[in-house]
Amino acid sequence: MLTTHALVLAIMLFCIGLVGLLSRRNVLYMLLSLEIMLNAASLAFIAGGARWGQADGEIMFLFILTLAAAEVSVALGIVLQLSYRFQTLDADAFSEMKG
Amino acid sequence: MVLWFLILIPLLAAPLAWMGQQWSRHAARWIAIGALSIDLLLALLLWSQDHWFQDSGQGSWLLESQTSWIPLWGISLHLGLDGLSLVLILLTAFIGIIAIIASWTEIQTRVGFFHCNVLLALGGVIGVFLAIDLFLFFFFWEVMLVPMYLLIAIWGHEQRRHASFKFFLFTQAGSLMLLVAIIALALLHQHATGRPSFDYADLMGLALNSGIGWWLMLAFFIGFVVKLPAPPFHSWLPDTYAEAPTGASIILAGILAKTGAYGLLRFTIPLFPGAISEFAPIAMGLGAIGILYGAVLACAQTDIKRLVAYSSISHMGFILLGAFAGTELALQGTVMQLVAHGLSTGALFMLAGALQERLHTRDMRQMGGLWGVIPRLASMALFFALASLGLPGLANFIGEFLVLFGSFSAQPFLTILASIGMVMAAIYSLAMMQRTFFGRQRETRIAPDLSNIAFGTLLLIAVLQVWLGLYPRPVLSTTMPVMGTLVPPAPKLTRPPSEFLPSSDSFARLRGKPRLLSREGMQGVSSEAVAKENRLRRGVAEESSGSTAACLSAVVCYGGWIKPWISTSHVSAP
Amino acid sequence: MNSQVASQVNLVTGSQMLRLLWLIPALPLAGFLLLALFGGRLSRRQVARVGCGSVGAAALITALVGADFLRAFPDRPSYHQMLWKWIDTSEMTVGVSWYLDALSLLMVAVVTGIGFLIHLYSVEYMSGTGEAGVSAPAGRAGEDHQGYARFFAYMNLFVAAMLTLVLADNLLLLYLGWEGVGLCSYLLIGFWYREPEYGAAAQKAFIVTRIGDTAFAVGLFILFTQLKSLSIQQVQTLAAEAWPIGSNVAVIVAVLFLVGALGKSAQLPLQVWLPDAMAGPTPVSALIHAATMVTAGVYLIARMHQLFELAPSVQEVVAMIGLLTLLLAACSALVQRDIKRVLAYSTMSQIGYMFLALGVGAWSAALFHFLTHACFKALLFLAAGSVIHSLGHEQDIFRMGGLRRRLPLTFWTFLIGAAAMSGVPFITSGFYSKDWILWSAWSSPLSHRWIWFGALLGTLLTGLYSFRLLFRVFFGEVRTQPIGEPGVAMRVPLLVLAFLAVTVGFLELPRTLGDLPLFSRYLSHVLPAIETIPGMDKSVEALVQIAVTFSALLGMGLAAVLFLPRATFVDRLAGTSLGRALVIFWRGGWGFDRMYDGLIVRPWLHLTRESGELIDRGYESLAVAAESFHVWLSRTQTGHVRWYAATVAVGALVLLGLFAM
Repeated sequence: MLTTHALVLAIMLFCIGLVGLLSRRNVLYMLLSLEIMLNAASLAFIAGGARWGQADGEIMFLFILTLAAAEVSVALGIVLQLSYRFQTLDADAFSEMKG
Repeated sequence: MVLWFLILIPLLAAPLAWMGQQWSRHAARWIAIGALSIDLLLALLLWSQDHWFQDSGQGSWLLESQTSWIPLWGISLHLGLDGLSLVLILLTAFIGIIAIIASWTEIQTRVGFFHCNVLLALGGVIGVFLAIDLFLFFFFWEVMLVPMYLLIAIWGHEQRRHASFKFFLFTQAGSLMLLVAIIALALLHQHATGRPSFDYADLMGLALNSGIGWWLMLAFFIGFVVKLPAPPFHSWLPDTYAEAPTGASIILAGILAKTGAYGLLRFTIPLFPGAISEFAPIAMGLGAIGILYGAVLACAQTDIKRLVAYSSISHMGFILLGAFAGTELALQGTVMQLVAHGLSTGALFMLAGALQERLHTRDMRQMGGLWGVIPRLASMALFFALASLGLPGLANFIGEFLVLFGSFSAQPFLTILASIGMVMAAIYSLAMMQRTFFGRQRETRIAPDLSNIAFGTLLLIAVLQVWLGLYPRPVLSTTMPVMGTLVPPAPKLTRPPSEFLPSSDSFARLRGKPRLLSREGMQGVSSEAVAKENRLRRGVAEESSGSTAACLSAVVCYGGWIKPWISTSHVSAP
Repeated sequence: MNSQVASQVNLVTGSQMLRLLWLIPALPLAGFLLLALFGGRLSRRQVARVGCGSVGAAALITALVGADFLRAFPDRPSYHQMLWKWIDTSEMTVGVSWYLDALSLLMVAVVTGIGFLIHLYSVEYMSGTGEAGVSAPAGRAGEDHQGYARFFAYMNLFVAAMLTLVLADNLLLLYLGWEGVGLCSYLLIGFWYREPEYGAAAQKAFIVTRIGDTAFAVGLFILFTQLKSLSIQQVQTLAAEAWPIGSNVAVIVAVLFLVGALGKSAQLPLQVWLPDAMAGPTPVSALIHAATMVTAGVYLIARMHQLFELAPSVQEVVAMIGLLTLLLAACSALVQRDIKRVLAYSTMSQIGYMFLALGVGAWSAALFHFLTHACFKALLFLAAGSVIHSLGHEQDIFRMGGLRRRLPLTFWTFLIGAAAMSGVPFITSGFYSKDWILWSAWSSPLSHRWIWFGALLGTLLTGLYSFRLLFRVFFGEVRTQPIGEPGVAMRVPLLVLAFLAVTVGFLELPRTLGDLPLFSRYLSHVLPAIETIPGMDKSVEALVQIAVTFSALLGMGLAAVLFLPRATFVDRLAGTSLGRALVIFWRGGWGFDRMYDGLIVRPWLHLTRESGELIDRGYESLAVAAESFHVWLSRTQTGHVRWYAATVAVGALVLLGLFAM
């Protein structure tokens, strides 16, 4: 029962994050949404670990934590550069990689 | 070891030529010529020991060299030389020297790198002619490709990018098929014996079931025919030949095309005897189509190099026709055609290059009446145009006629179609002469005639053409043992009485020699052929003794296609 | 050169002489090589010496070899000389080897003898205006000089090739000579290379004959596949054993050989190249397109007579083609304006007689006509050349006239030639040969009556067109002033040939007139005697002769009536609409050119017009398709992060959905 609730919460968090990612134009908010999605995934792992009594879920959580930290540090660097170069944080303004 | 020298001399001279650029203006050229001359001399030395050729054959090499390379996969550095490869190596070294002489004045940028590429390509070609380990063969096959691509892409004419891409894509696609088929063969060998092998001799003994054999044969066929080329895989050729610099055109037409033919003769035909016997008519059909198609399109060209390129397709059709005819005569003609075409087309490209250098155009509509301006060049062009249209007394005639004589018994209809190509060859060759050298003079400028060196080189090729046209025995006797083994073991036919047969020593020798191919696959063919023969003989009611009757029945056997015309009644009549 | 060879020859005696056979084709070949390689450096005099001397020496050796051969003639009917093995494989052995018998000796004698006379004539004919001539604009001196050497080089090569053709022991070597003479014909027709029309004529000649040659080659393939031999003698023996008379193989091979012969000998339907071939210098027309090369077809059929005897139906076709050609060409000759084209059509017509003779089995008669024709036609061409030469390269007979007084030597020699061609009885060679052919056409079991009547009509037409030409050129009023008679180098050949044109006929006197069959006795060792229907005795022969004589004289008389007196009647006749149409039709050679133009040339040109290649376009479209696909695909790469994120999400959803299913 607990597992189910936790998973539903994870899914909801993930969807919120996804919608935020897709609908927000500000890069900072997109990063925040991304964090929410990562946390949703972590929650699902923890719930799974608790359900089967395995440590794997927690290990994965630790991994995601590190990954998120690393990601944020890189991403914030990029965001700084972007705002410096384009004088805006609107993601739609950046299309240098257009094919 | 001599064999490795043959390959390594050009390959090692290549970086030397590159560096040589810094030493003096012509150092690279002289290094290249020197390396190829050594190769040529080496090959001539081998050739002079002609007693060898009497008892060599496919699978029994005159010279062999084997060193282990990757034993786990059955790959070794295995080289072998027989009459066929020797003739082609001689041709390669000779045409290579011609190509360098032809680009003496044309190539002025990155001279060292040009000759480096030429030497690499030629080293690869010689490797192709010598390698009898399929993996090694494929290695050399690729080695010759990349330098060729660079030669076209860097030193070519206006459309060189397009042409070099096309060349690369086509040949690479062909190579890919080849690679797949080679690996499949090695795996099949593993399947049969427990260990993979890329060795020619091992794979020759491989029994293939007909379905797999057919597909592998097709891959081997297409892989080689792209190089040859024959329709419908030829379309890279006109662009490439026309856009390549003169030297590269000569190498492409004179040598690279020969690797395709060599592959067919060395690998495709002996490796898949069963599938070939069914496929031969299709291949010969492609050959006949190639002859006519190339000739028709040659007539349509206004660019002189494209004209020669299409005529080259036409000539290569004869090779395809002869290689699959399955008679020794046709196979001998094929070899002769390889050599003759190398000489005549090489010379024609050299002349076309010389014309372009003088007039700065390849468009024949802007030429005309040049005979009076540059008589030496014109008379040489006349000579090689005549060689290309198959004038008797020149080497091309021997090649074409032997192919046609040999193919007629196998495919009379296709042979007659191919003969029509002779008329068309006259049309495009003479049209080329008329448009460029005869008629009213359009250029009022006085262009310099051929230099003494170029003229001497062309004269040398012309002498070779005449020599091989009037006395082709040196080539024919060198390759005879090899070609003899390529003929599917014919069922014992009743031949005309011996007094009517050529009774040369060589003939007796060949007949007396046991066949080297004695494997299940071949047995299958021979029994099939016997059955076919019996079908042919149905028309003969009974065989009576006596020479006349034997002769008559032979006529009927050989002329199975005429059978409906010959009433059975006269056969029994003495 | 001449004397050197002669002295060398004198060293060897007796039957050793026959061993010199190889020198006969080798000498002109050596002359060719010398002139081709060093022609530019030799003086005009030296060029003439080499060019003429090599053929002269060949003629001399022919005389020696011939004398030696004839000494032991009936006992040793043939001589075989092997030089080297040409092609030597286990299936085919062909040598470069010569075969001398009565037939080839005759041909060699004609080729070298008449060849030498024509070379001599060319020394002067080609010298004056040389390369420049009518058509080629006068070039630089050096170039002009090279043209002279080039001319003799080609001529020598021709003689060498022709000798190879007639001396060849096997069919492949014969084919070498066969193509070789075709090549020289091409080179010499297009000798004045600056004229595009001449080049076109040369190409036409080569390509049309090559069509025939290809048929010939296919015949060789069949022959070899069937009989495993290419030796002329062996093949015929084998064929006679293996194939019954009238068998299909024999017929097919004979037809293919016939097509080859038709191409070379300018017979229907491959005759169209010969009139255009007159673009070459006149000595070329005399040597190649009258005396020797165009009769190669006759030689081939005579040489392969055993094969043709196996195919009687083909032999009948030979006779019919001969008859048809001789009549059609005679009509065309009647209306030509160009003096050389008249002679070209007359050549076709006379070769038609030879084919007719071959067709009815009168092998020796055909060769006898070949011999007389070679003499009188070479004479006519050389005399015509003399006229053209003296009129400053005028060839239109309507601008000639009245030359009888101004050029007496030319006139008399031309008269002798025309008389011989028309067959003036008893005193000209043409009478004896033509009479023999007509007699064979009457008496042979292979012939039909209508063939004879056709041939008889031909003699009338021959007389008519020959003397029309004579009257137009030498009688009437002077229209163009001649510069005078030619020099001695041109006179000697004219006189010698005129002498021959009269006397050669006496080699074969018919039963009714002296009965001296030297020629047929000589050839009887090679060619079978002519069969006759029983009941054909002397009186019938005399009647036939009278008919021939009458017909020829009628033709000449008609010519005198029509063309001698100011020619008003003929003009009126030609002025009618029907007459005009007929003249145009005949002058154009019965519309054959136009027919081939529509049926073959135009479709061919349409086929080969410059355009992209179909298969290539297929491959190129692959490249184009790949490129457009890439353009389309690259549109999805917008560069917007959110768009990517959305596609990732959608993709994940789709995948999930697929797994769920």
